[in-house]
Amino acid sequence: MIGGLFIYNHKGEVLISRVYRDDIGYVAQRSFMVTSCIKPATLFNVNLFVCRRNAVDAFRVNVIHARQQVRSPVTNIARTSFFHVKRSNIWLAAVTKQNVNAAMVFEFLYKMCDVMTAYFGKISEENIKNNFVLIYELLDEILDFGYPQNSETGALKTFITQQGIKGQTKEEQSQITSQVTGQIGWRREGIKYRRNELFLDVLESVNLLMSPQGQVLSAHVSGRVVMKSYLSGMPECKFGMNDKIVIDKQGKGGDLYAFCCSGKQSIAIDDCTFHQCVRLSKFDSERSISFIPPDGEYELMRYRTTKDIILPFRVIPLVREVGRTKLEVKVVIKSNFKPSLLAQKIEVRIPTPLNTSGVQVICMKGKAKYKASENAIVWKIKRMAGMKESQISAEIELLPTNDKKKWARPPISMNFEVPFAPSGLKVRYLKVFESKLNYSDHDVIKWVRYIGRSGIYETRC
Amino acid sequence: MTDSKYFTTNKKGEIFELKAELNNEKKEKRKEAVKKVIAAMTVGKDVSSLFPDVVNCMQTDNLELKKLVYLYLMNYAKNQPDMAIMAVNSFVKDCEDPNPLIRALAVRTMGCIRVDKITEYLCEPLRKCLKDEDPYVRKTAAVCVAKLHDINAQMVEDQGFLDSLRDLIADSNPMVVANAVAALSEISESHPNSNLLDLNPQNINKLLTALNECTEWGQIFILDCLSNYNPKDEREAQSICERVTPRLSHANSAVVLSAVKVLMKFLELLPKDSDYYNTLLKKLSPPLVTLLSGEPEVQYVALRNINLIVQKRPEILKQEIKVFFVKYNDPIYVKLEKLDIMIRLASQANIAQVLAELKEYATEVDVDFVRKAVRAIGRCAIKVEQSAERCVSTLLDLIQTKVNYVVQEAIVVIRDIFRKYPNKYESIIATLCENLDSLDEPDARAAMIWIVGEYAERIDNADELLESFLEGFHDESTQVQLTLLTAIVKLFLKKPSETQELVQQVLSLATQDSDNPDLRDRGYIYWRLLSTDPVTAKEVVLSEKPLISEETDLIEPTLLDELICHIGSLASVYHKPPNAFVEGSHGIHRKHLPVQHSSIDTGESPVSSGPAANIEQTHVIPSQGDLLGDLLNLDLGPRSTCPRCPPLTVLIACNSVLLLQVWLPAVKAKGLEISGTFTRRQGQMYMDMTFTNKALQHMTDFAVQFNKNSFGVIPTSPLPVHTPLMPNQNIELSLPLNTIGPVMKMDPLNNLQVAVKNNIDVFYFSVLIPLNIFFVEDGKMERQVFLATWKDIPNENELQYQIKECHLNADTVSGKLQNSNIYTIAKRNVEGQDMLYQSLKLTNGIWILAELRIQPGNPNYTVLYSNFATETCVKV
Repeated sequence: MIGGLFIYNHKGEVLISRVYRDDIGYVAQRSFMVTSCIKPATLFNVNLFVCRRNAVDAFRVNVIHARQQVRSPVTNIARTSFFHVKRSNIWLAAVTKQNVNAAMVFEFLYKMCDVMTAYFGKISEENIKNNFVLIYELLDEILDFGYPQNSETGALKTFITQQGIKGQTKEEQSQITSQVTGQIGWRREGIKYRRNELFLDVLESVNLLMSPQGQVLSAHVSGRVVMKSYLSGMPECKFGMNDKIVIDKQGKGGDLYAFCCSGKQSIAIDDCTFHQCVRLSKFDSERSISFIPPDGEYELMRYRTTKDIILPFRVIPLVREVGRTKLEVKVVIKSNFKPSLLAQKIEVRIPTPLNTSGVQVICMKGKAKYKASENAIVWKIKRMAGMKESQISAEIELLPTNDKKKWARPPISMNFEVPFAPSGLKVRYLKVFESKLNYSDHDVIKWVRYIGRSGIYETRC
Repeated sequence: MTDSKYFTTNKKGEIFELKAELNNEKKEKRKEAVKKVIAAMTVGKDVSSLFPDVVNCMQTDNLELKKLVYLYLMNYAKNQPDMAIMAVNSFVKDCEDPNPLIRALAVRTMGCIRVDKITEYLCEPLRKCLKDEDPYVRKTAAVCVAKLHDINAQMVEDQGFLDSLRDLIADSNPMVVANAVAALSEISESHPNSNLLDLNPQNINKLLTALNECTEWGQIFILDCLSNYNPKDEREAQSICERVTPRLSHANSAVVLSAVKVLMKFLELLPKDSDYYNTLLKKLSPPLVTLLSGEPEVQYVALRNINLIVQKRPEILKQEIKVFFVKYNDPIYVKLEKLDIMIRLASQANIAQVLAELKEYATEVDVDFVRKAVRAIGRCAIKVEQSAERCVSTLLDLIQTKVNYVVQEAIVVIRDIFRKYPNKYESIIATLCENLDSLDEPDARAAMIWIVGEYAERIDNADELLESFLEGFHDESTQVQLTLLTAIVKLFLKKPSETQELVQQVLSLATQDSDNPDLRDRGYIYWRLLSTDPVTAKEVVLSEKPLISEETDLIEPTLLDELICHIGSLASVYHKPPNAFVEGSHGIHRKHLPVQHSSIDTGESPVSSGPAANIEQTHVIPSQGDLLGDLLNLDLGPRSTCPRCPPLTVLIACNSVLLLQVWLPAVKAKGLEISGTFTRRQGQMYMDMTFTNKALQHMTDFAVQFNKNSFGVIPTSPLPVHTPLMPNQNIELSLPLNTIGPVMKMDPLNNLQVAVKNNIDVFYFSVLIPLNIFFVEDGKMERQVFLATWKDIPNENELQYQIKECHLNADTVSGKLQNSNIYTIAKRNVEGQDMLYQSLKLTNGIWILAELRIQPGNPNYTVLYSNFATETCVKV
């Protein structure tokens, strides 16, 4: 299991160190070396210590201060394995000497970041220093002897606060413990709202890799359903969408809606994963999504589709090399969705060679600029309706070089935001049942919103 | 007010000030002080001298302060064990606190204080906490047992904590169950043989129930534990699989991978033609693909695991090659792994797409990645025959780019393509030769030299090209030197007239001016070959080479199976068994895939079943270092130095001392080296062998078997190897033999084919049994009988042979022979020559008579053999 957890700043200085197992290094013992050096009797300890200390320093030397790009998120130095993730310029490293579950360690590190963000916002050196006592307290709670324990922020916030827990009644205490260890560890009891409300966001990122000839090399949508729930009590929810498997099944059973949208409007979901609140066995057997939601914002599900994706934009590149010192680029973009909808924040990034000396750009719409520091022409359009077309042409002047290596021609990439789900996913219903409190499904105010964003949306040129 | 200020105090009398603050009357002040102490501790300052003062603050009802003090205790208690005792009382008291959070905190912290004296006091509170009414306390206590076991395993067993832990598996709270499972799994790892976890169907059912209800982490513990269970039949395996599959939709990638591990293991038990088997296979692919949309670190772990899964069960992901296409922004470690998997999944159906991608990658920036992409193109050529031509032309295009490392990498893979498709693409040699000057890496130089040597007859100026390499011979790496030597010898054998000088030059460079023993030895071998028998030399050096085929760098099947059992863990990320990177007792216990009970061949090979066996048959391109092996490991034939010499010669010449010969080299037997000899002691034949383990893993389950042979030799007892053979250990053993087994004539007559099995594989080798071990003790014939028999032997059964270079007189010879049960019946002196008449009897009752003529001063002996059985005579 995890032997220790360290947080370093970008210089490699240790901000947080928590050791769970003896077999790994011990930052806090650095000083120990100083004292025991004075007492010759503990010479053995000094040696022992020096080895341990090295393991932790080794991470600084080999990973944080390494000249090369990081070649692997898992590093084995002196028989000690270091797992690291980086958030802005903060390094989180989990250390172990055993054959641990590697996926679990990374998932834990991500979770750790989530928890910290939920407590004090952005993960930065300053915030970590400001909250180090809190972080130690959290680390004590969510990792025991290197085993991850309940790390749901909702539950943690009930008893790890910086205010100190005073005057808890016995009931309150047992409520906390039963929630932390309970089946529904993500929600506490007794939540009350005057207005029961929920927000559903279907957030999709559409990824594309297209050949210069317009052939789709790969395309997929990875989507998330994010829910913000402000519901009283312990509501039981049921979520339905136009999943092809469900629709086909119900279509035969005579469900009218299902019948209407069977065929064209249902979508084939390749795979989906759910928040731990969703009853997976029920999904596996009936393909119904039922759960008791956490309070506040959380990610209900993630999914992936690859079939019948609506590609909101098509990029048509034309690159012509005119002699050795000139390049002509023409790029046409076409929007491919209902004319009534508006795409926003459109950005086309056309890479230019390293030896570019000057660029002249003409575009029909929006603004285009050559950014020398990024080696790209960036063309921005604020808004664009569906079924429209726009074009940019540029002349790139090159410095003559004797560099043998050819320009790699990185793909042209695009960013945008559209108000629909490129996968075609539709929310059919989200029903809320709370039998103990007197509000019904109809009383809940529900909001649904679809946002499609570009993921890696590239066209090779 | 923020906490960061604690990091900044850096005055000289700091410790002194802190001491004063810690003893301040105001609680708030004390809390501030402890915070400062912790901050100092974090940045590595020594605050151990404050121990008594900090412990004094422990008695407080402020939970936050208490936690800080505990944190301090955990760090320093070990250095100050005597003072740590001061804290015990407070811990014991806290374990009785009405607040479950405090009870749990106390028992949790106590377990982290690794001081022997404290552990004694821990037992009672722990026992209570294991039965606490609050699940939060119980789940903490469960982990505490593991902590205590780590400090003092004996105490945990003596105090019966293991039983309490086992009871917790039936706990009503899923999180308690999960933690108990985690603790038990860890403890049982250090006792591989004890059945600590006691996984019976009933317990499994409890675990599966808890699986649906516990936290994501708990699900991981339970799934990892389930993967160690061996279901008793396919029905049980299927029902567990059915309850595990829903986990594949979990958002936590570790849950998904652990579920995949369970399913991959249990798939072994399901009948391959069942519907369920096929649905399960189909269900595995989408979640694996989904893992690739996670964060890059998890993607990396997933890809390393998919690499294993693809090797074990290629059918799962064969349709999904597109998801492994590299994205421009992927971190480099993700890119490299994706590339690896792409090659493994490449097939005729998708090769066009794959090639287009690879060509794209070959123009990227990262050198390692580009090289790997170029190598991948070559692999595709070797793997998918139909694409070879396209690959070659792509490689040629890349060579035209003149990017140095691309050219070099391309030449290395083209060499392999030539080896796979000889006489097909030689037209491109001219293009390759153009780039000769730009090659500065040993691999590429060696590859180019090999190509020139191999196709010397088609390259007009081959001699010039090779000569140009010869100039800096001593500055080249060994690999290049060896290749160059071989290449020039090849050239000489093809064009002897023009290149005599060149070959002499290289031979003398290799044998006289080099310090490298390998190079010298190879030089000498060539020199002897060329000088004694050019025809044989041609046969040896220019013999047809076996084609290389298919997959390279496949993981060895047994290791692959072991790694499949470790899916999701570090072992699967490193592609190494746990004992390669874990110290101590943990992980030594090797895991095996379960074996289908109905299959017939279970006894034969417990590990390889179905697909694994297929993989074994694919050849692997020998790595560069094996070039020498290429030349000498001609076949499985007997490895005797002079196979045609009669045993007498050997006997006399070698002074009867038989040295251990290497029968089975380690390279051929996955690290097992067997050397041995045959002896006869007290009328009993023995096969004396030394087994050496040169692999990284231990070896067990040795067994031996002989093929039918001319003398009916069989072992009389099983191999006396009872303990596992650890890496780099050897074991000497003596296997008694007798000759009552089935008889089959072998060629040569004394050839014995042996099969040795261990936990890794079965290995075959053959040896020549020195005939003298068959000579029985009662082989002395009566003088009269001898005379009579000698006359009766027909002429065609006689054989004359000369033993050369033997400087012994008749008496010594006679004595030596007697030691080997060859008896001198008579001796006479005829015309100044000593004539010895000898008899011997073989185990199968055949008599052999011999006349030995020794001329004093002439080291050559003449032997006349005769006997009744022609068959033996021909040989002896």
